[in-house]
Amino acid sequence: MPVEIWITYILILMIIASIAALEIEDVLSSIVAIGVVGLGVSLCFLFLQAPDLAIVQFLFEIFALIILVKAFLGKEYHKTESTKLNIILTIVTIITLTSILIFSVSVFDLLPDFGKPYMNTAQYYLDNGARETGAANLVSSVILDYRAYDTLGEITVLFTSILGALSILRIRSQMKKENSESQNA
Amino acid sequence: MIVYILCFVLFLVGIYGAITKRDLIKIILSISILGYSVNLLFILFAYRSESIYPILSKGKEILPMVDPLPQALVLTSIVIELGTTAMLVALAVRLFEKYKTFDITQIRRLKG
Repeated sequence: MPVEIWITYILILMIIASIAALEIEDVLSSIVAIGVVGLGVSLCFLFLQAPDLAIVQFLFEIFALIILVKAFLGKEYHKTESTKLNIILTIVTIITLTSILIFSVSVFDLLPDFGKPYMNTAQYYLDNGARETGAANLVSSVILDYRAYDTLGEITVLFTSILGALSILRIRSQMKKENSESQNA
Repeated sequence: MIVYILCFVLFLVGIYGAITKRDLIKIILSISILGYSVNLLFILFAYRSESIYPILSKGKEILPMVDPLPQALVLTSIVIELGTTAMLVALAVRLFEKYKTFDITQIRRLKG
């Protein structure tokens, strides 16, 4: 079968799984459904000839599942009844998003067809990447040599986000410590 | 072209979840759906039919290769998504400790 048909099937499965993840009440079930979506993305990367991306996406999915399960499992909250206003707002949102989809179909005609990309800059990387950088993996030659400044900026964003997460969690542990000290005193 | 439209449908499902859901867990999940669909759209643009992955090796005949540039951009973007997801989860856990709920309509007194 050609690649396009495989990817169509996987994408339909991913859409169903994402709707299920958003609509299921149980927390664990929705986290598992989001895992289906992420592993579908990883499978699509394999079909689209991006093996290193598939590995990274697989690892990302497992880490994300561990984080989400560790953080959210067992934390039930009392769901309020959905009022009439909420149902009306949901229907309005669905109608608006469907109309956006219908009007934006013609935009996709302007894009290059699937399987025929514009390769102006990338063809230069493919032809000269191994000779100029000495890397056998041309993706890493682009990351670490031609676009090294982009990578530096992206690493800065990653570092900042991890720093933010750590500082948010650290404030919590400090507050816990203060609470226990006040209880002891 | 059908794959582009399906990928856009996945993006719209993510937007629908982020707008209509009032549960913080569901909002975090829909933000990760948005990230998946955008990454996948980049790689769909990069695919060239009847070509191989962009890795050279000895003794392999030179075939046409797929576009390495979007793959390089998406590779770091996936890792950044993990960092932002961890930060969102940390914020949600902190909010749950303070307000004992994930419902965003119940979280009102945002101070201190």
